[in-house]
Amino acid sequence: MLKSLKAPVLSFLGFILIGVVLEFGFSAFIQITALFVLVNIILAMSLNLVNGTTGQFSLGHAGFMAVGAYVSAYSSQHWVPLPESLGFLNFIIYAVLAGLFAAFFGFLVGQPSLRLKGDYLAIVTLGFGEIIRVALLNMDFLGGARGIHAIPTLPEGWGLSRFMSQYLFGLFWTVTCFFVLWRIIHSSHGRALLSVREDEIAAEAMGVNTTSMKVRAFVIAAFFAGVAGAMSAHYVRYISPSSFGFLKSVDVVIMVVLGGMGSMTGAIFAAILVTLLPEVLRGLQDLTGVDLRMVIYSLALILVMILRPKGLFGEMELPDLWRRYVRRSS
Amino acid sequence: MSDALLEVSGITMRFGGLKAVDNLSFTLKKGQLGGLIGPNGAGKTTVFNMLTGVYRPTHGDVKLGGRSMVGLRPYQISHHGLTRTFQNIRLFKNLSVLNNVLIATHQHARTGLWAAVARNQAFRKEDREMRERALDLLKIFKLDGKADEQAGSLPYGQQRQLEIVRAMATQPKVILLDEPAAGMNHSETHSLMETIARIRQDFQLTVLLIEHDMKLVMGICENIVVLDHGVKIEEGAPERIRSSPKVIEAYLGVEEE
Amino acid sequence: MQDFLQHVINGLSLGSIYALIALGYTMVYGILQMINFAHSDVYMVGAFASYYAAKWLGIENQPGLMTLATLLVVSMLVCSLLGLTIERLAYRPLRKAPKLNILITAIGVSLFLEYTGQIVFGADPKVFPEVVNDMVLADFGRLQLKSSDITVLIVSLISMVALQFLIHRTKVGRAMRAVSQNAAVAAMLGVNTDRIIAFTFVVGSSLAGVGSVLVGMKYPKIEPLMGMMIGLKAFVAAVLGGIGNITGAVLGGLIMGLSEEMVVAYLSSTYRDALAFGLLILILLFRPAGLLGRYQMEKV
Repeated sequence: MLKSLKAPVLSFLGFILIGVVLEFGFSAFIQITALFVLVNIILAMSLNLVNGTTGQFSLGHAGFMAVGAYVSAYSSQHWVPLPESLGFLNFIIYAVLAGLFAAFFGFLVGQPSLRLKGDYLAIVTLGFGEIIRVALLNMDFLGGARGIHAIPTLPEGWGLSRFMSQYLFGLFWTVTCFFVLWRIIHSSHGRALLSVREDEIAAEAMGVNTTSMKVRAFVIAAFFAGVAGAMSAHYVRYISPSSFGFLKSVDVVIMVVLGGMGSMTGAIFAAILVTLLPEVLRGLQDLTGVDLRMVIYSLALILVMILRPKGLFGEMELPDLWRRYVRRSS
Repeated sequence: MSDALLEVSGITMRFGGLKAVDNLSFTLKKGQLGGLIGPNGAGKTTVFNMLTGVYRPTHGDVKLGGRSMVGLRPYQISHHGLTRTFQNIRLFKNLSVLNNVLIATHQHARTGLWAAVARNQAFRKEDREMRERALDLLKIFKLDGKADEQAGSLPYGQQRQLEIVRAMATQPKVILLDEPAAGMNHSETHSLMETIARIRQDFQLTVLLIEHDMKLVMGICENIVVLDHGVKIEEGAPERIRSSPKVIEAYLGVEEE
Repeated sequence: MQDFLQHVINGLSLGSIYALIALGYTMVYGILQMINFAHSDVYMVGAFASYYAAKWLGIENQPGLMTLATLLVVSMLVCSLLGLTIERLAYRPLRKAPKLNILITAIGVSLFLEYTGQIVFGADPKVFPEVVNDMVLADFGRLQLKSSDITVLIVSLISMVALQFLIHRTKVGRAMRAVSQNAAVAAMLGVNTDRIIAFTFVVGSSLAGVGSVLVGMKYPKIEPLMGMMIGLKAFVAAVLGGIGNITGAVLGGLIMGLSEEMVVAYLSSTYRDALAFGLLILILLFRPAGLLGRYQMEKV
């Protein structure tokens, strides 16, 4: 058990370095962008489990994110389980709660809708996502259309700046999400998920309960979408139903497809790219005077689909790509 | 009838107004090697689809070891020990040969999701055992050397063999083979039939085989059911089938077309 | 009672607009099995095309049949051309690609049109020209027949009848049906499937063009994101009726329009958008093929 914690702990410690660099070398604007890179990485990795590994096309990830964001925001305003000195842990608890709620919704949504396939599933998940959004609009105790303001954020303390503690919070969840999903995918359960994507009828004949596999993937993905929602709520400190619309779901799907369906490292890479690209293109806006960012973004998306239909990484993971590169150049 | 492992009684499959299979009954004893033959379009694959739960029979019952399988989902039927191969090869094409076999062993996995996430001792041990077992099974067809290759990249004949290995990995009591020799030449077919006979012995399997080619089945099957237009027209030992006028008529009728 | 009838008329006129747009979705789905997400933005471009055309021709304040006809022609032309271009440049290269890629591309095209629209047309809403004289044709107290509603109903009826004629009575219509039944077989029998697919986009897009003029007439505020919601609802209407099924799209559109009108009238307007999706989910869960569609069993 201890041995299996080695890799996660080491990667957590290693990536603290990036936080330190950001803390001292970069502006607050870049820091918040970095935090959103973490949020999007979690969203992309988790959706990849459903869309890439299991081959079920979900277009409702933003809905689960919304559930998580609202649960975490609401509970952080009304409930403080641990004393202030352990404030950091409180936020972990809120996020777990957010994840569990989102997972529960994932179960509710997934159970009936995963009987459908392909486009139909995409549309039903889109519909559920929108329904969650409209329901939030109509819930007055959650602020309705105004949303929730002044959400608590992670505390300073133990010698950590606000950004640093926000970063550590995000890093903790990113590393957790990565290792949980990576280990599931590279286990017998993960192979069963893959078999659902490859050929459902054959998978069933080989004894794989495809319905239960799909629901599991859906629930796990919803959990982490909820956690990502919680993170974004505590980073921006303001949420409203409009932050979790259909376009947010599309954004996440784009990350997964761009990275290469089924490739976790690809999803991470694409999440970073998609988060940073609009910021990089901001310079262009100063130059031309009009906001061309989204135009370029959408055009790039179409071109990638046509010219590189398997995404940037294909189904390969970063280590595979590296090995292939080494083999070719030697 | 107590030693009957698979009892099929009066199954009927209707698609709209068309009866694809009509009131078919037969039994397979434990350890038997049965054949299901008939001209093209006779409804053989539909029978397999009913037995494995892909289709639910309109009428009739399928019993495995005395338990009714009708209404169960295909994966449940697989858990009860009935599995199959597919006529139009349905491997997990983008996955490795080894993973294809490992997926079939998943139903016997005892460690859960948490163990997989924690990577604990039990998980690692089981994972190792699964791989060993899968590689052993691949040796039946000497496919162990190709364990890491993509299943879809194997030559056609080996893909058919891999389908058999994959089905074996579910540890079945009864295995249904849907035209396992399709597309193979004479000597390949011959060696395949020998292998099937051998694994039946080694693993104490009960086998039901669909074949289009009658001659082939005659050599190894003990009990043969002949289907024509969804109706059983003959059943019995090879000698009986060979001399049955109805069978000859069904086959000649087709071949003359 | 008169209130109720008024809502029925409003619902039918809204529903026939949904139906017109739903037809575009359903035809493309029937022939390519893809959700053409960009369809709703083709519709948006149609609205702006009529807006600029009216300005350029100086007829923005001259309501009448002439204006209606002119704007319909312009909008249909521009929409068909745009639909054709999208099919040729974005969808045709992906004909054999996985479904997901095609869907993402369609979303990409949709985003592209929306954001380009915001730059070219400006993000602020514009006022659509007056198309017909807004007057009450018949007044029964609380039940009024307005010229705009009647125009909507008549124009959509004519379009749908024309479409039926095209599909069932012409050679190209027969080819369209053949391709949607089985593209490979149709190709073997000498149908130029690429051409038929392109033609389908032309027909579907021009119906969206008709829809855009009618919507502009009824709700004269147009902006680059106007296609999003109406597009989603029209799509739901198509699924409701059984996607790929022409009659189904019309039926679905009318049901959609009527039920939306009733929800707003008797419940609350905040649930207007949830209704569409609630309806969609119920239909897909209990009758995935829609009201008039047929569910196909997978072949093993």
